[in-house]
Amino acid sequence: MDFPVLTTLIVLPMAAGVAVLLLPRRRPELALPVAIAASLLPLGASLWLLVRFETGVAGFQFVEHVNWYEPWGISYHLGVDGISLLLVVLTAFLFPISLLASTAIKDRVHLYAASMLFLEAGIIGVFLSLDLIVFFVFWEVMLVPMYFIIGVWGGGRRVYAAVKFFLFTAFGSALMLAAILSLAFVARDQLGAPTFDFVQLLGVDLTRTAQFWLFAAFGLSFAIKVPLFPLHTWLPDAHVEAPTAGSVILAGVLLKMGTYGLLRFNLTLFPEATVDLMPVMATLAVIGIVYGAVVAIVQTDIKRLVAYSSVSHLGFVVLGIFALTAQGLQGGVIQMINHGLTTGALFLLVGMIYERRHTREISQFGGLGSVMPIFAGAFLFTAFASVGLPGLNGFVGEFYVLVGSFLSLPVWAVVAATGVVLAAVYLLWAYQRMFTGPVTLEENRGLSDLNAREIVILAPIAALILFLGIYPKPALDRIEPSVDAILQRIEQTTDYRVPDFGSGAVVDLVGEHGE
Amino acid sequence: METLITLALLLPLAGFTFLAFFGTRLPEPWPGVIATTTAGLSFVLALIAGLDVIGGGTERLTVTWFEWLPALGVEASFLYDPLSVLMTLVVTGVGSLIHAYSIGYMHGDERYGRFFAYMNLFLFSMLTLVTGSNFAVLFVGWELVGLSSYLLISFWFERPTAAAAGKKAFVVNRIGDVGFLVALMLIFNTFGTLAFDAVFGEAPAALGTGLATGITLMLLLGAAGKSAQLPLYVWLPDAMEGPTPVSALIHAATMVTAGVYMVARTGILFELAPVSAGVVATVGAATALFAATIAVAQFDIKRVLAYSTISQLGYMFMGVGAAAHVAGVFHLMTHAFFKALLFLGAGSVIHGMAGQQDMRKMGGLARVMPWTFATMAVAWLAISGIPPFAGFWSKDEILAVVFGRGGGWTVLWAIGLFTALLTAFYMTRMMWMTFGGKARWDDGVHPHESPRVMVVPLAVLGVLSVVGGLINTPFKPTLEHFLEPAFEAFHVHLAHPPEGATPWVLAFVSIAAGLIGIAAATARYRSRVPDEERGAWKLLNRGYYVDDAYAAAFVVGGGAAARWAAASFDQKGIDGAVNGVARLTGAVARRLRPLQTGFVRSYAVAVLVGTVGLLAWFMTRGGF
Repeated sequence: MDFPVLTTLIVLPMAAGVAVLLLPRRRPELALPVAIAASLLPLGASLWLLVRFETGVAGFQFVEHVNWYEPWGISYHLGVDGISLLLVVLTAFLFPISLLASTAIKDRVHLYAASMLFLEAGIIGVFLSLDLIVFFVFWEVMLVPMYFIIGVWGGGRRVYAAVKFFLFTAFGSALMLAAILSLAFVARDQLGAPTFDFVQLLGVDLTRTAQFWLFAAFGLSFAIKVPLFPLHTWLPDAHVEAPTAGSVILAGVLLKMGTYGLLRFNLTLFPEATVDLMPVMATLAVIGIVYGAVVAIVQTDIKRLVAYSSVSHLGFVVLGIFALTAQGLQGGVIQMINHGLTTGALFLLVGMIYERRHTREISQFGGLGSVMPIFAGAFLFTAFASVGLPGLNGFVGEFYVLVGSFLSLPVWAVVAATGVVLAAVYLLWAYQRMFTGPVTLEENRGLSDLNAREIVILAPIAALILFLGIYPKPALDRIEPSVDAILQRIEQTTDYRVPDFGSGAVVDLVGEHGE
Repeated sequence: METLITLALLLPLAGFTFLAFFGTRLPEPWPGVIATTTAGLSFVLALIAGLDVIGGGTERLTVTWFEWLPALGVEASFLYDPLSVLMTLVVTGVGSLIHAYSIGYMHGDERYGRFFAYMNLFLFSMLTLVTGSNFAVLFVGWELVGLSSYLLISFWFERPTAAAAGKKAFVVNRIGDVGFLVALMLIFNTFGTLAFDAVFGEAPAALGTGLATGITLMLLLGAAGKSAQLPLYVWLPDAMEGPTPVSALIHAATMVTAGVYMVARTGILFELAPVSAGVVATVGAATALFAATIAVAQFDIKRVLAYSTISQLGYMFMGVGAAAHVAGVFHLMTHAFFKALLFLGAGSVIHGMAGQQDMRKMGGLARVMPWTFATMAVAWLAISGIPPFAGFWSKDEILAVVFGRGGGWTVLWAIGLFTALLTAFYMTRMMWMTFGGKARWDDGVHPHESPRVMVVPLAVLGVLSVVGGLINTPFKPTLEHFLEPAFEAFHVHLAHPPEGATPWVLAFVSIAAGLIGIAAATARYRSRVPDEERGAWKLLNRGYYVDDAYAAAFVVGGGAAARWAAASFDQKGIDGAVNGVARLTGAVARRLRPLQTGFVRSYAVAVLVGTVGLLAWFMTRGGF
């Protein structure tokens, strides 16, 4: 076996977390710098992974497989493919940045830094696990540090938000665990021995009814995480109360665990149910796109506004996934990455102004453009990336999703397209209220513009926003084979066929799956 | 040649990048000089490459940079055919003049460097729009000009009205963009590609009338947004909040013509959908008349010109709707000359009047601003359709083609003719109120002629407004010969003016309309400013209250709906249900507390019963 880079990716942040805990308590100022430096190691490992990843291969790479508890068919099985690769890199990329943006945390810093690093390990574990028990363990483990990050270092209603976050997710998890167990039982009946191995479970034959219920159990858990309308109400509270870094990670990678799960498990393990439920999922996604945006428009708290924009953007991801076309799936995956970058940056920016003014009320600002021109420019740049301006990253995913979903779900795609207007409304209106006009409040007059540390935090994200907008091909090339394989599997196991396009045929506007 | 096109595109982008980072640190006038240089060089390079196309060395050039969106088959690729050559030259040519003019106009502005960065960004965006060789790259330019327009309208963002106007422009444009996006989805679905060559090549065989109509109506929605046509025109008058050179370049000469360009470029699709083509022309005619009637009653000199622009764009839509693509693009070009000149002239007036834009406070400026007056007078004759000035030739060609198509098109022709009369009327009104009669200046205002860097571009545009029309007269249709291959390559059949004596008669009729308009306005405004603030005048002045109605419907109504969704539905409804479940659980738990006996055996019984029950259910109903 080659060097176990995937295990390394999980162990590094975990070990770093332990190391931070072991730092002398008398020196709290050491915790954050050590954590930041340590978090560069998994970033390096993830970049190594990115470089060594073989483009054009659909299957799992860097696979590690060790039997763990053979009687129950549990194995320590890790692997990375085009779908998880970029999510892992994104995770490893966002953690050093979030830690660097955590200088406002003064209370129990070493616990905070350790929680962040444990969280990183958990998230990377979720994206790499190919055994459902191992996956489930990481999925649950990750909840704990996140719970503390919101509940200890959060804002005024942090306990309410943390408990809400925990209960929502735990509720979903319970159902998922039941579904995982029943999958293993079915596997025992068919294969002779129980297994929790994802790759082996792909060979299990499930009835349509079984697929439906299992899809529902997995799907509910993932849909809460996404969050899919109407399961989204934990998100604004969690975001508003979480410290800046918590919001960045929450929006940047945590939500992606939901869409990743749908794509990785629901589409592959329950293909028939996927095809049956395609219009249902797409409908919820489109409601999320429009509804999230409409509700975002009238938010008075800028952090809540960005939180609702996530509901809208993640709706695009889910729509792309359940479009079941190559363009839609690729768009969904790249949109996960793009949303992580742009929304992560927006939360960082909101955090920067919060640290100066200790308020997030939009009405408390006004005219900041002349006081903090660099900050204003950075905010506007990110806002336009989020709005989906071509040339910046947000457009690529949105355009793929729209064009791709139009092939199979034209009506849904057209409704989703109205999201581009609403996104412009809520972000540009917020910008107008915060940054333009005369400076109305005395408190805002003396605010300092971004400092070097803050520019260092934002610059790498801005560079990626530009790069992925102008030249997304390297990313898309890595995603493509893996999502194609998923589509092929669905075509082989169901009577679904990816819609033919380019034949000059008149589209049936109701769509094959419209009823 | 390919390198020249690449450079012509990238120079303004380089200028933008450089000025965005270092523009604030450079002293005046260097940012302006740098930006003007990149614009001018871009023009020269485009001209050299264009001469190759004009001279017939090559009919078209294609430049491909890289593969952009693989799964959609989209490349970052540019097409340089006669139509893009003409558009590129107009954009960079007029653009360079306006850059130069701005060196003087923006003198002393706090964000001088920033202004020129944005102007260069606009040039790059517009060039991308007019040279893109597929729908996706066209859309990139389309959106980036929207961004530049947003940045430049709200350039003086400390003014709340400017900030609001910028946002309004972007949002209204985005409404049109939804149409554009849907058109792109339909096109990809139908053709499996977004490349012009493939789409236009296959369209005649592959595209049914119904689908062609759907695609083109969606494209029209996009075009109506960008080109400020009914019902999406409302952003353009507000866009006048931007600095005047911006109004001249973006909101008169170039960006707003993008919709016209797009319809001409996709001509074959409209040809396959006669209904859509008719809708384009009808929207154009209706907008032309509608906006002209509003222009008649404006007092703000820039708002007169803004409504005039909307009206003139309506003519262009009539032209391209009637498949008179050459005439439409020809009018686009002449309009770019004289409307840019009118705006820059207005800017010179505003500059000289220390920011005053109300024509009721002007008057008698001809004496103190002779150059501004003389050049604007040329533009006034050009837009009024008086030969041999530029506007006459292009407007007349459009009207002649529309008339020549007969039937219902005759109605559109009549509307166009009446609009021509109104155009002459309101432009003459504007000239008298600004330059004629007695001075009505506020105290302390001392008008003066503008500096040379502003006057020279005026003069150049003045010359172009005189002779620009001569490149495509019925006697020598040079432009038509030049542009025809571009349309032929995409299988478009151009409509032509009728033969024989008809065009002569039509020309005389439209000259007469122009003269009547001029005479009527002269009689009314030569010696006084009549009271025009009541009754019908008020209705026109407020633009039939359309803007107010939109505000009531979308801003107030939509806002209330959104607030209801956020407060009542989301917080009380969905989240209320969530919290309700939590409370219910808590209540149930309190009731169940007595069950917690502490005896392990009773728990064990409960667990056993539960497990058996579950197993039984799974076996009978689970279906595994």
